[in-house]
Amino acid sequence: MPKTLFDKVWDAHIVEKLDDGTCILYIDRHLTHEVTSPQAFENLRLSGRKVRRPDATLAVTDHNVPTSDRSLPIEDAESRLQIETLERNVVEFGVPYFPLNDARQGIVHVIGPEQGLSLPGMTIVCGDSHTSTHGALGALAFGIGSSEVEHVLATQTLLQRPAKNMLVQVDGKLAPGVTPKDLVLAIIGRIGTAGGTGHVIEYAGEVFRAMDMAGRMTVCNMTIEGGARAGMIAPDDTTFAYVKGRPYAPQGEAFDHAVKYWRTLASDEGAVYDKTVVMDAAEIVPMVTWGTSPEAVLPITGVVPDPAAITDDAKRADMARMLDYMGLVPGQALAGIPIDVVFIGSCTNSRIEDIRAAAAIVRGRHVAPGVRAMVVPGSGLVKLQAEAEGLDQVLIAAGFEWREAGCSMCLGMNPDKLTPGQRSASTSNRNFEGRQGPGGRTHLVSPGMAAAAAITGVLTDVREFA
Amino acid sequence: MQAFTKLTGVAAPLPMANVDTDKIIPGRFLKTIKRSGLGVHLFDQLRYDETGAERPDFVLNQPQYRHAEILIAHENFGCGSSREHAPWALLDFGIRCVIAPDFADIFHSNAFKNGVLPVRLPREICDQLMEDARLGANARITVDLERQVVIRPNGEEIAFTVDPLRRHMLLEGLDEIGQTLKHSPAIDAFESQLRDNKPWIPEITVA
Repeated sequence: MPKTLFDKVWDAHIVEKLDDGTCILYIDRHLTHEVTSPQAFENLRLSGRKVRRPDATLAVTDHNVPTSDRSLPIEDAESRLQIETLERNVVEFGVPYFPLNDARQGIVHVIGPEQGLSLPGMTIVCGDSHTSTHGALGALAFGIGSSEVEHVLATQTLLQRPAKNMLVQVDGKLAPGVTPKDLVLAIIGRIGTAGGTGHVIEYAGEVFRAMDMAGRMTVCNMTIEGGARAGMIAPDDTTFAYVKGRPYAPQGEAFDHAVKYWRTLASDEGAVYDKTVVMDAAEIVPMVTWGTSPEAVLPITGVVPDPAAITDDAKRADMARMLDYMGLVPGQALAGIPIDVVFIGSCTNSRIEDIRAAAAIVRGRHVAPGVRAMVVPGSGLVKLQAEAEGLDQVLIAAGFEWREAGCSMCLGMNPDKLTPGQRSASTSNRNFEGRQGPGGRTHLVSPGMAAAAAITGVLTDVREFA
Repeated sequence: MQAFTKLTGVAAPLPMANVDTDKIIPGRFLKTIKRSGLGVHLFDQLRYDETGAERPDFVLNQPQYRHAEILIAHENFGCGSSREHAPWALLDFGIRCVIAPDFADIFHSNAFKNGVLPVRLPREICDQLMEDARLGANARITVDLERQVVIRPNGEEIAFTVDPLRRHMLLEGLDEIGQTLKHSPAIDAFESQLRDNKPWIPEITVA
């Protein structure tokens, strides 16, 4: 029977199938960070268990680390304790760790692929929902809770039931100014935030074949916003070229051996999907969210929708609540909405390609008066690369803050937060109420769109900057 | 893990779809290294105003729902992040069961691991239960995991289903890791094959 990419990776990791269909699934890579691991390590300690495979595990701090001067002590006592707790745990349990002052430190979903820790055909988990990012390499990668973090630490496996297969097929080419972020926002707008629940989404078609790895990571990253725990793209020459030579990737003969296997992973002709969505890349335009759910998204050329047009009472109430929270009125044009803060960063859009895209828009221009604009690179190495290319100077000259790597304003755990009522154009992944700070209002956009908004001070169609 | 067998209690109506994990427990409360103590921050932004005072119109601030043990909600409950702090906060508040038309996958899994039972029922039935819940302390709802039924205040029984393994673990309050470790020989065998079949997977050491 023809198999999908997901079926193949899944089948290759079944340790044992239990009577009710639940599988003991082997995990090749386990990435951990300071926020969702302390309770897992604590329980291991209490139950006298060890980490089964420290050599398949990597720890890093990213969620609540300050993105300001790293030579200063961490001011927030709780953040400091959480970071120190991870540092104690990695020593006690012998887990490999990139410390805060290491150039390899960064957002866990940026450094996994960057270091070659995430490879095609692997099972990869992390106590973070955006683990779906690593599916860009053709891995089965998904987020888990702290109990499952503990389960993987202790057993290197998880108890899982197989997901259903969903295909998102997009052919055609993206128009100039339209990015993978716009594409994935459009996909979520189409399927809804629960459209992928219970499924693993495979992205296939011309647009993904032509996409670079950074773009594929952006798309797979936001798969969870469409309800699917994992997104996958079949590995191809673009993938292999990306992986080759990375520090933790196989080298020499081992690499060739691996590529031979990785080439077998693409879905078979005639493989069956439980759900299929087909879209045309040429129809996608720059997108922006207007509400407090990633599915509340429209083209930048659109207007704020009207709850009065919704017949379902509960849905109308939800929309009215979103508009009230966002401080928007029906019929208002999305382009032209004034913003206070621009955040370029997060595991969705903090790679060198994203920073280049932002710098290309702001070069020779200046951030609008009253706007706070910041760029937070995804890793120490992304930061160094950007500096080597002079991008930091372009951004700083334009009035941007150039910061240290971390999750930062994506989730408002560290001091980088919106204040109540502040409105952001953000390259992150979630526009939930209070996500970027209590009372903060988030508009999700691509890096180019965020940069354009910083310059004009209002939500702006980036194509006007061409 | 605390076992879940049968619960009779007050149900709080929360007629919202897409109740995301940031709504359940905002990110700034994730700096704890413990599982307990999060109940006070459950639904923080819905529950308290900017000054930290309770919003009297929010359901869990109303006297009849302060000790609610069941929550009734709309579609896609628990969407968003993988933070297990969401079920920890519910549990710490005293909520042992959430009934909704569907749940986000990661929340659904996390809830089971903490003795919080997510019950999937069709929207029309959730709407009926929502009406029951609006009667407050006068209308207690029973959730019986053994028999897999929800019993409305009028005595009507509504069947639901839960994965057999998850049901078993929850009824018995079993330690899932302990159960998996019984399969250690199979894991050992898989691992030694792995080293032969996929020698290209490098071991991680940090220099």
